[in-house]
Amino acid sequence: MKLRRSMLFVPGDAAGMVSTSFVFKPDTIMFDLEDAVSPREKDSARLLVYQALRHPAYRDIETAVRINELDTEYGPKDLEMAVRGGADLIRLPKTETAADIELLDRHITRIEQACGRPIGQTRVIAAIESASGVVNAVSITRASPRMIAVALAGFDYLVDMQSERSGGSEPELFYARAAVLHAARAAGIGAYDVAYGDVNDIGGFLREVMIAKNLGFNGKSLIHPRQIQPLHKAYAPTRQELAYARRVIEAAEKAKREGLGVTSLDGKMIDPPVIAHAELVIRRAEAA
Amino acid sequence: MTELVEELARQVPDLRKLQAFAGAAAHTPYLADPQAKLHRKLCVSLEDAIRRSGLRDGMTISFHHAFREGDKVINQVVNKLAEMGFKDLTLATSSLLNCHDPLVEHFKSGVITQVYTSGLRGKIGEAISRGVLPRPVQIHSHGGRVNLLQSGELKIDVAFLGVSCCDEFGNASGSQGKLICGALGYAKVDAQYARSVVLLTAELVPFPNHPASISQDQVDLIVHLDDVGDPTLISKGAARTTKNPRELLIASLAADVVEHSGHFRDGFSMQTGSGASSIAATRFLGEKMAETGITASFALGGITGGIAELHAKGLIKTVIDVQSFDSDAAESLRLGQAHIEISANEYANPTSKGAYVDRIDVVILAALEIDLGFNVNVITGSDGVLRGASGGHCDVAAAANLAIVVAPLVRGRLPTVVSKVTTVVTPGESIGVLVTDQGIAVNSKHPELAKRLLDAGLPVVGIEELHRRAIALTGEPEPLKFLDRIVGLIRYRDGTVIDVVRQVDERE
Repeated sequence: MKLRRSMLFVPGDAAGMVSTSFVFKPDTIMFDLEDAVSPREKDSARLLVYQALRHPAYRDIETAVRINELDTEYGPKDLEMAVRGGADLIRLPKTETAADIELLDRHITRIEQACGRPIGQTRVIAAIESASGVVNAVSITRASPRMIAVALAGFDYLVDMQSERSGGSEPELFYARAAVLHAARAAGIGAYDVAYGDVNDIGGFLREVMIAKNLGFNGKSLIHPRQIQPLHKAYAPTRQELAYARRVIEAAEKAKREGLGVTSLDGKMIDPPVIAHAELVIRRAEAA
Repeated sequence: MTELVEELARQVPDLRKLQAFAGAAAHTPYLADPQAKLHRKLCVSLEDAIRRSGLRDGMTISFHHAFREGDKVINQVVNKLAEMGFKDLTLATSSLLNCHDPLVEHFKSGVITQVYTSGLRGKIGEAISRGVLPRPVQIHSHGGRVNLLQSGELKIDVAFLGVSCCDEFGNASGSQGKLICGALGYAKVDAQYARSVVLLTAELVPFPNHPASISQDQVDLIVHLDDVGDPTLISKGAARTTKNPRELLIASLAADVVEHSGHFRDGFSMQTGSGASSIAATRFLGEKMAETGITASFALGGITGGIAELHAKGLIKTVIDVQSFDSDAAESLRLGQAHIEISANEYANPTSKGAYVDRIDVVILAALEIDLGFNVNVITGSDGVLRGASGGHCDVAAAANLAIVVAPLVRGRLPTVVSKVTTVVTPGESIGVLVTDQGIAVNSKHPELAKRLLDAGLPVVGIEELHRRAIALTGEPEPLKFLDRIVGLIRYRDGTVIDVVRQVDERE
């Protein structure tokens, strides 16, 4: 499974960023056609993003497109372009119910058929930005086999909740984080924490990264390249964690060779969840 | 007395030119006047100083650029010269910045008809590229300027040197006083070679002013001016710190290249240019030095606050400063703890008896364009117009053990890596490595270095590949259009002509 920690938003109308943002090497580049782009730039941004998706420079990096909602005049055009352009992922904003994803899935299938992409190749991330989205998270995460992750969008959610960011331990986001994360894990897909808005405050950003990481999020949506390296570093295992993970894998392989179901290391049981965690630690270390 | 000399001349004819003693103050009349003896250099106004300097039409005047974008001397003096009716002057300045745009009027009116400088920007660059001057502008490097002075090609008649403070005999400093600009490395050379030296000082301080960058025995005249420069503007423009993620990415890669270059060992020496990525690279390099315990014996050049900070932390033993790029660097020089001021001759002149650049291990430099032969352009923009500075680029690139060029692969819609640069300032043979945001290229002269960087896991590719990637993003740019007329000469540091700049063709 591909490691996804950082999903970098790139405004679709910013030609300079769109053309070369791959150099910053986030795990996923997410071209934004929605909130970052003013209505008068929607058409030109869509064209720019299409060119970027087709460019050889973006062949080696995962690409996502945040489209406008499908009931706007832009959404269907955005989707048409993104699927035909070869985007790996579509991020649907303001997902409220499973029906939103099912509708998206049908549109994608139609476009894949029309342009000759293998059916199912285009994957989906649902952005959850409201109370309804949070309470429907369980059905949303299971609404389509295309679903690879959910992403919580804090700003819109807190407006909907009539709350605001407090800083500190952020109790106002706790329920939504926990609910979305549980839904994602139960469905076997990824979960992404909210974007952090103050690009100059790397300390505050890292505090929030640690909250998300400790809860179990795969990573965060990022709004500035400057946030990528701190996030990757925060998600990188320590030397001790890595060394232990390697020993876990060694012990597990040895047990397998010897035909044992479970084994132990330093007196602790090594079972499939422990092995899975060790594999994740090694993957994160390799990516860091 | 006269008889004695006459007799001497009869007996030893080749001594007939000797003169007879005519009184203790015959050749030093000011010693007979207690007022003149002490205060003879002080002028009541800039106009008074100009008159007493003996300046005439057709002569050469010089300036330094330690105040960079905050400089107020050049415009003030040339305005005054124009007002006094001077014509046909040669302006020889260590550099010109955007703040000097008003000089264009004096080019047009014939007050200034020839220019020697290491750099030019803004309206001056545009005007010269459009052919405003009757003779081509001479672009020299910082070291090359001293060479031109020593060879006699460039003869300064009157040097007008802005200083932060001096005493009434002319002991002057840029790093003491209220309005400090830092090192006076370029002014020191002018003070040595000019026929007449006029100091324009922000402050007159009691004699003896010490430590002095310019000594009393080189100074003819002194004017007190309220406004010689604005120190807060020194770091504006070229010399700046950055938050731009692309520049930071390049800087970080450049620091990685230094780390794995084979030169990163205790006691190494370094220089970083004034571009944003070069300045940022200093910080990343500092982190590596702190982690590994490797310290530098010295850092050279235009000095930034970043270098001064590493010096304060003990990571750089000695700072050798020809020009201070910001107030932190100037303050470090003022404290003077193993932070020393040198002249441009000591810095970079190829015919100096000892130039510090010769002892540099690694230098990080910027580029406007670099081509497949690693030739670097730092003087003409993508439109062919003069808008940059040669500075010490070719000096330190030629002398350093490893010259690293940092640049984004693409600027706006234009490639930085091109098949052939518009103007060559530094020859490709001097450049070791190019670091861009999309990969690193190593000059084929250094295969062992390429291997070291590859082994370290750095993204090394051929420069042709970088060029291909740039063109894939931007398309091949239309060739620039020039007229035949040469409007600028690029003088290499040894005085030879390495390239010319032609007038831009603006016909549709």
